[in-house]
Amino acid sequence: MAGSVPLASTKTSTPRNRSTRSTGAVKWILIGAALLVLIWLIVLPLAVVIIESLKKGLGVYVEAIRDPDAMSALKLTLLVAVVTVPLNTIFGVAAAWAITKFNFRGKQVLVTLIDLPFAVSPVIGGLIYVLVYGAHGWFGPWLQEHDLKVIFALPGIILATLFVTFPFVARELIPLMEDQGQQEEEAAVTLGARGFRIFWKVTLPNIKWGLLYGIILCNARAMGEFGAVSVVSGHIRGETNTLPLHVEILYNEYQFSASFAVASLLLLLALVTLLLKSWFTRKSQHQS
Amino acid sequence: MSKRLKKGVLIGLALTMAAVLAACGSDTEAKNGAKNDGGKKSVELLNVSYDPTRELYEKYNEAFAAYWEKEKGQKVTIKQSHGGSGKQGRAVIDGLEADVVTLALGYDIDAIKETGLIAEDWQQKYELNSSPYTSTIVFLVRKGNPKGIKDWNDLIKDGVEVITPNPQTSGGARWNYLAAWGYALHQNNNDEAKAQEFVKELFQHVPVLDSGARGATTTFVERGLGDVLLAWENEAWLSVKELGPDKFDIIYPSESILAEPPVAVVDKNVDKHGTREVAEAYLEYLYSEEGQTIAAENYYRPTLESVKTKFADQFPEIKLFTIDEVFGGWDEAQPKHFNDGGIFSQIYTPK
Amino acid sequence: MQTSASKRGVLPGFGLTMGYSVLYLSLVVLIPLSALLLNSTGLTWEKFWDVATDPRVLASYKISFLTAAAAGLIDTVLGLLLAWVLVRYDFPGKRLFDAIIDLPFALPTAVAGVSLTAIYSQNGWIGSLFEPLGIRLAFSPIGITLALMFIGIPFVVRTVQPVLQDLDAEVEEAAATLGASRFRTFRSVVLPELLPPLLTGFALAFSRGIGEYGSVVFISGNMPMKTEIAPLLIMSKLEQFDYAGATAVALLLLLISFILMLLINSLQRRVRKAAR
Repeated sequence: MAGSVPLASTKTSTPRNRSTRSTGAVKWILIGAALLVLIWLIVLPLAVVIIESLKKGLGVYVEAIRDPDAMSALKLTLLVAVVTVPLNTIFGVAAAWAITKFNFRGKQVLVTLIDLPFAVSPVIGGLIYVLVYGAHGWFGPWLQEHDLKVIFALPGIILATLFVTFPFVARELIPLMEDQGQQEEEAAVTLGARGFRIFWKVTLPNIKWGLLYGIILCNARAMGEFGAVSVVSGHIRGETNTLPLHVEILYNEYQFSASFAVASLLLLLALVTLLLKSWFTRKSQHQS
Repeated sequence: MSKRLKKGVLIGLALTMAAVLAACGSDTEAKNGAKNDGGKKSVELLNVSYDPTRELYEKYNEAFAAYWEKEKGQKVTIKQSHGGSGKQGRAVIDGLEADVVTLALGYDIDAIKETGLIAEDWQQKYELNSSPYTSTIVFLVRKGNPKGIKDWNDLIKDGVEVITPNPQTSGGARWNYLAAWGYALHQNNNDEAKAQEFVKELFQHVPVLDSGARGATTTFVERGLGDVLLAWENEAWLSVKELGPDKFDIIYPSESILAEPPVAVVDKNVDKHGTREVAEAYLEYLYSEEGQTIAAENYYRPTLESVKTKFADQFPEIKLFTIDEVFGGWDEAQPKHFNDGGIFSQIYTPK
Repeated sequence: MQTSASKRGVLPGFGLTMGYSVLYLSLVVLIPLSALLLNSTGLTWEKFWDVATDPRVLASYKISFLTAAAAGLIDTVLGLLLAWVLVRYDFPGKRLFDAIIDLPFALPTAVAGVSLTAIYSQNGWIGSLFEPLGIRLAFSPIGITLALMFIGIPFVVRTVQPVLQDLDAEVEEAAATLGASRFRTFRSVVLPELLPPLLTGFALAFSRGIGEYGSVVFISGNMPMKTEIAPLLIMSKLEQFDYAGATAVALLLLLISFILMLLINSLQRRVRKAAR
């Protein structure tokens, strides 16, 4: 199969404004439609969050965010993201390499298994770790004997987050690397390059955007995950509450504005990562 | 090939173990630290509670810490965990090391008892079924009560929409259902069939079944859906206070259920932590004048006579029945009414 | 060994990456999920069958799968539009546009649910427009679909976008030079290339929709037989401490979505081969 694929042509990053590009009317109609979709589908709900968070004034907003419980929740959320994102990134790259560069039996099943966490209800995503590490789970008694805590402590939260964000990077890379085939890498091998160098010098430049997207999505979801983490966190205030859980608690306490203020903090965090990406993009464009 | 496969497995194992151990390590360290000074000078308690008790316990924890330091010269820090009552119960069963639990219904504590964490006779350990404060189910209606809702039978009038959370997912909502059932039973000379008919009709007036109490309140208050919200008395007062005194009225029906949110010491955990003395005192103090006052200030009905009289205006006297009187306790009520195949789910099962 | 290695080509790292992937997959996903399968205390075949054929459970499956499929389909179309505009055109505010698309991931699902309900309920910004027409958006299957669309849209955009970015403009230009109309160019040159990522995007949005709980419970109204989703039933069984029942519902849900995704994935593969 590999031989029949035409060699990937050289990529061009020249601006696409030639005659064949839809120009004028069509362009603006499409942009307009896309903007409308964006505003309707995404911006509107986010606007509600911002409006609700400021309903009781800036004072309530600032207070909600400066609350010590909110701050500790923020720290925990960041910590969880810092641990889970690299782990899942390494996995994603490895899995994509194995899946797209080689042929083996059961590939379909492997790809689908990687997708599986998307289909698992977050509630179940948390529950399975309780079944394994909980007091009545497989390792529960052993863990208790050694006074190790997994569930209702940081490791449990990390595991649940790992599960939920598991497919993101792999999922982003697989279609992309499949599309690129393996000719370039094979050429590199012929030229005498070896092992990790091939990945670093040949593959990585080709997949860096996909990889970056994957990491960003993984990160955003890691920080925003609610369902699975809620099952394994134990909800101890100031200790095992992540930001999304803190949002829920405030909401349940009739502190509507405060809860939305904390939610908007999550949005802000996501925007920061996205701006970082934007910065990366621009920097690399300058270089090339 | 197999050699490389092995290498991959080994590297993977190392990476994952390192990450998990790092996480575990930091955790155990923190725990040991707490343990070392847990003996004499200071002690830590974990109170696993349900959702709308946060303000109550925030105040109470301060009061108790002051009291305990004065009595014993020991510093006590109380950590709080809040969530849905059933979920919190499950968390304790699955290993959340609560010293005390303060939940919405006895059924959830019974479930913990089943696993041996709590002694059989927990409900007799403290006065009044181990329920230091109580509440009841009331109606929240729109200002001026435009539909003229006075009692339970007004809820099944034509054109009245009732908002209540789903009793199968919300522990609090089970009290709503039982209150309606008890009323119908008393109206119809304890005729169970009639009571079932009434409850069935009531739920046909429910357009939306939220999964939790707060969701139902939002549906009623923010979305403008429904004419009446069935709510715990303390939550009704809270929503009036937080969401608009000019928008809602609280209506007390002719009779309702005495909601008893019970408390218990988790025996296995306090013995493990060596915190039995302070945990027991913590719950005991809920019955004191100070504890009762804090409960009343957070709209829970006090049980101590002196505090009761002081807050008489806030808690109108209505006829209240208990779950033990009418339903024979949670052990009977839960499977009969709320488990799958029970009376509640029959309401929605097509014939 | 020798033959399999040569069949696999000359590239290195198969053992390493494959071994690591499978191990990590097992540790994080497979072993815990098998706990679900094995640890189902008290789950006999009879019980499983009882739960699985309960009319309320069946109704919830139907609702979950239909709304997830509808949301996935709409997302696929809208997502293609968004990705296309993002990759192909320059316009002011593009960077912000690009950034906003990911935000649904970062918003805790419960918050998304509350704000979506605020918009689509009868007194909300959009819901109030439809109320006079007698169309109820929130607390109906439409509401569930809308919530799932919000949750799923980034999946489609983010799977299509990189491929579109990689897609060679020159092939299209060649087609155009040869006299193909713009629509034909799109249909016969661009679309075949985009079909695999579109399918992937659909599969992801769809499967995420099946399991989604947090955002849906607020907007669905949770009426048994009508707007009750399967994950909610799992919760309600857990609330009764009925682990076996909850596991049964979850297992079946998992099995069906696994098979569906396997189908979509092999379909995607076939499309890709045909495109070559």
